[in-house]
Amino acid sequence: MMMTLQPALAAASVMLIAAVFIAFFRLLKGPSLADRVVALDLLSTLAVGIIALFTIFTGEAVFLDVAIILALISFLGTIAFARYIEKRESRRGRQS
Amino acid sequence: MIEWITSAFIILGAGFMLLAAAGILRMPDIWMRMHCSTKSATLGIGFMQIALAASFLHDLGVVMRAVITIGFIFQTAPVAAHMIGRAAYLMKIPLWQKTLRNELKGQYSTETSRLGNVFATGKGPEESHSLES
Repeated sequence: MMMTLQPALAAASVMLIAAVFIAFFRLLKGPSLADRVVALDLLSTLAVGIIALFTIFTGEAVFLDVAIILALISFLGTIAFARYIEKRESRRGRQS
Repeated sequence: MIEWITSAFIILGAGFMLLAAAGILRMPDIWMRMHCSTKSATLGIGFMQIALAASFLHDLGVVMRAVITIGFIFQTAPVAAHMIGRAAYLMKIPLWQKTLRNELKGQYSTETSRLGNVFATGKGPEESHSLES
């Protein structure tokens, strides 16, 4: 039914999957913990984009709730990681 | 017509997300990487949600959910980036070698990890603030 959309969907899928692989490489390699957290944040943002693409492809609107909840959870996860790093550093600074 | 608009926004959004991934791979410093991933990926999400809303124009619930997702990500991404950048600065991750200026240098108290000019009075940030005012 959506013949003009097919090439754009295919190209966007290839781009997003390449982006996921690149971000995953940074997640594995990242020199410090903060680099890994940034890569994880980018991965969750990419997942929201992939869900939007999938929703356009299938026409099923139920996956959008998953996208909203995923954005919420990834934000909370990033905040929790930042607080953890801060607490760890302050404890280390107090000990030395 | 609406499908052409949807295709254009899909390609734009995916391109910005690929740019974010390229930046997170190639940038030399965690703050530059964070700048890339936050701004570019947020813009990409915005374009993708606009494409989603354009392809579901007959369904108001989907359009509203796309708008809510855009608003939510545009509000939370800067906060998360700020927290991670602050934590990375407190971790004392080295800056890029060619960095010209570090305006935060000496501004964080090492004991309480709060902002405030520590070396102005030789005391903690709370005392220096109270002395200045």
